[in-house]
Amino acid sequence: MLTGGVSSVEGAGGGGLAPWAMITGYGSQGQVGANAHATVVDLPDYQFRSGGIALGVQDRLELSYARQTFDTGPTGARLGLGEGFTFRQDVLGAKLRVFGDAVYDQDRWTPQVAIGAQWKSNNQPGVIAAIGGRDHEGVDYYVAATKILLDQSVLLNGTVRATRANQGGLLGFGGDRNDDYSLQFEGSAGVLLTKRLLVGAEYRTKPDNLGFAREDDWFDLFAAYAVNKNLSITAAYADLGDIATFEDQRGLYLSIQAGF
Amino acid sequence: MRPIFALSLAAVLILPLPAAAQPTPWAHPGEEAIDPYAVDDANAGAAPMAEDAVFEALGGVQGVSRIIDDLVDRSVRDPRLEEIFKPTDLARLRRTLKEQVCFILGGPCAYSGRDMAAAHKDLGITTAEFNALVENLQGAMDDAGVPFRAQNRLLARLAPMKGDVVER
Repeated sequence: MLTGGVSSVEGAGGGGLAPWAMITGYGSQGQVGANAHATVVDLPDYQFRSGGIALGVQDRLELSYARQTFDTGPTGARLGLGEGFTFRQDVLGAKLRVFGDAVYDQDRWTPQVAIGAQWKSNNQPGVIAAIGGRDHEGVDYYVAATKILLDQSVLLNGTVRATRANQGGLLGFGGDRNDDYSLQFEGSAGVLLTKRLLVGAEYRTKPDNLGFAREDDWFDLFAAYAVNKNLSITAAYADLGDIATFEDQRGLYLSIQAGF
Repeated sequence: MRPIFALSLAAVLILPLPAAAQPTPWAHPGEEAIDPYAVDDANAGAAPMAEDAVFEALGGVQGVSRIIDDLVDRSVRDPRLEEIFKPTDLARLRRTLKEQVCFILGGPCAYSGRDMAAAHKDLGITTAEFNALVENLQGAMDDAGVPFRAQNRLLARLAPMKGDVVER
């Protein structure tokens, strides 16, 4: 349990903020595993929500869909967008395990490695153009390497992402300051305390493409608890930094995931 | 071919014996007859641990023996595994598993079983079945009070055997 990770905010199997190399549904009895997730991140000036499904095929291919909602609530009025203004983004993901097995390859250092892509489409092209964003659609590409060091009960992940996304795409893609792809790093480290409990931290660097507001890296401290083989709950303290001129967006991340 | 081949050949010439009526390096009384093979600790599939912390955490020779008996008991009545365990010589399985785990944990045991590929050949074991066995082992260690981290240190030695055990 938990060695396959949970659902990231973009729908792919992994940590909360970063995709891992594991294919979701891993460890299930059949050849195909699936799961659904619902996530809320409650921030001082915004609320972020994500819901989605993921399908893993033969521990090789993962297909995922997530709908993200970024609710500006009362802050929307202060941004000139109107109270309760909401950005929505659909994320379609595909991930392919290339080589390695994070769990079983305990006799060698090589990690499990996967490549993936995320197609993102945001429903607010007008606002995105107004704040200096170039596109309301974009594609992220990533390589993820995950290793479980069973001898130490430790899990490590490193993901390199090529992206143009502003705040993960919630504020569009490319911008007045930079319109090119840049390489970003996402790291996760966790300790398995029991069969059911994984605690750890994640860090995700981000581009800073928009002139109107600074974009910060993301960080979280998480605890993922497997209620049973089919249900897990993740709670985290997430620090998403400044978002659209509102500073220090730190809050509680709560996610529930059901597997089939 | 290693020099051991000569030993195997000699063993073949001694056969046929009645089904393991006398102890041989590869079979004990009460176990079904088995084709002779070269007995070698290397067949255990993992090097022994240098220190005995995990061996002690499992309760030494007697603790390992109880945990393996529990593992086999659980697996025999596990609907996911009964097809594999029903036709198995359980007396031999218990003995060789105890030897194997004791040896890998650095305990005072030699391993007399076959290597993992030979022992599981043609059983058609799946990844799900391999995982089910691991779960049963975890359950047996939980009930024996073995700390989680010590359990993982043993599992780290066993996990790479998946490649030789799983066939489909």
